[in-house]
Amino acid sequence: MGKLATWCRLKSPWILHINAGGCNGCDIEILAALTPRYDVERFGILLKPSPRHADVMVIAGVMTRQIAERVKRIYEQMPEPKFVVAVGACALTGGVFQNCYGQAMRVDQVIPVDVYVPGCPPKPEAIIDGVVKLLGKVGGGGSQ
Amino acid sequence: MTTTDLIIGPQHPALHEPERFVLKLDGEYVVDVVPRIGYVHRGIEKAAELRSYIQDVYLIERICGICNVSHSLVYVQTVEALQGFEIPPRAAYLRTVVHELNRIHSHLLLLGVVGELFGFDTLFMYLWRDRELVMDVVESITGNRLISAFNVLGGVARDVGPSQISEAKRAMEYLRGRMKFYKKVFAEDPTVEKRSKGVGILKPSSALSLCAVGPVIRGSGIKTDLRADDPYAAYGEIPFNVITYDTNDSWARFMVRVDEVFESIGIIEYALDHLPDGPIRARFPRRVREGEAVGRVEAPRGELINHIISKGGDKPYRFKCRTPTLANILAACEMIRGGQIADVPVSLSSIDPCFSCEDRLAIIDVSKGERYSARIRDLMAKYGASR
Repeated sequence: MGKLATWCRLKSPWILHINAGGCNGCDIEILAALTPRYDVERFGILLKPSPRHADVMVIAGVMTRQIAERVKRIYEQMPEPKFVVAVGACALTGGVFQNCYGQAMRVDQVIPVDVYVPGCPPKPEAIIDGVVKLLGKVGGGGSQ
Repeated sequence: MTTTDLIIGPQHPALHEPERFVLKLDGEYVVDVVPRIGYVHRGIEKAAELRSYIQDVYLIERICGICNVSHSLVYVQTVEALQGFEIPPRAAYLRTVVHELNRIHSHLLLLGVVGELFGFDTLFMYLWRDRELVMDVVESITGNRLISAFNVLGGVARDVGPSQISEAKRAMEYLRGRMKFYKKVFAEDPTVEKRSKGVGILKPSSALSLCAVGPVIRGSGIKTDLRADDPYAAYGEIPFNVITYDTNDSWARFMVRVDEVFESIGIIEYALDHLPDGPIRARFPRRVREGEAVGRVEAPRGELINHIISKGGDKPYRFKCRTPTLANILAACEMIRGGQIADVPVSLSSIDPCFSCEDRLAIIDVSKGERYSARIRDLMAKYGASR
């Protein structure tokens, strides 16, 4: 049964997209990855609006003071097992917004992150590569 | 009358940015709406004061990833005005070309998202497929798809060659054909008509009194466009039309954007045909002289204003930015009021909201219709991480 569940997860991971206070650059590249030119749907990946339906959280942005608590709550609403892909320089280190007073902390100080995709903004190819790497990790047992 | 509160956001399916709206409902109808902005507030204005003018170019174009060229353009223009600096004519034309490419990509992006909100996913996928063509041209000219650092103090960062020009022209020709098809879809398709005609009415008088800008005010029939009214870069030498529609609804605002894409294609083709020779960049001093300057450009979403105070030295003393979405959010509340819940996403998206632009240090009190600024310390105490 566990094997079947992992196989299902591998063949069709549903993602939840969150902007944690970024400039939108990463967000539109994530959306671009879903559209015909890049088409991540061929990996069975679907964008879902509700955290309760999602397996993977794709998060971009600097994690501002105001959003940090909300992101934590949204993460807690996702069912187990859950995975996080952090997209963009801001989510990784704060990027160009380091030391701005609005930045609370890095994404991985708020929620555990499985895959980091660097770039400002990363190209859709890089985001797809990150998600595919995550799928490899899920097949090997995952981090949860 | 008792009303029900419906809370949308901060994480919600309609828009991909965190923002919260509290709708007060009477059955299916929206009586009032209270936006709660500020989830994307990062403190850029303060950070800009701590960095040098050159570093600020890279910070300020990251106010918003979608209209990044407009942000860097208005910033470099304001600093150049402060110094009384003239850029080479070729740089002015190249800035215009990239600014218009940015506008096309932004408008196609919004029209696609609108298709998704209508429940018309095919339109979303089609528009975003053709948008990739624009991204290819931007990448070949500037070196990156989105955030490109193309505008620099004193000119532009890269020159274009004949092969890039012919590639861009080919792409524009193809895009013009596709846009004719999309114009037909937006003008005639029954789904679009039923979801957007007569939805989110903004009368010209309220558009003026609420200080709406950009395609929102042009969709209410008021002819105002900074590119024509106060030309900057090379717009003074390039012929184009200012598009207005006078049906005052969401449909008018979408049609303004569709038609503006045609105008932008024309501007790009004209600018590439009449590209002057010469250098693309002049040496700009590191230290800027003392003074104060205001710059404005017509960003894809409307009028974008920068105000910079310099006390001499290599860092600005004060940097202030007024973004178009902040000007339009009151108009959006006016559109939503009195409509149905199902029409809220369409009305809201018709202003092309960009919350990463909008979340500045000005607070809007919608119940009183006032706008005021607050001290950073008060804001941090009020909306700090503890809340």
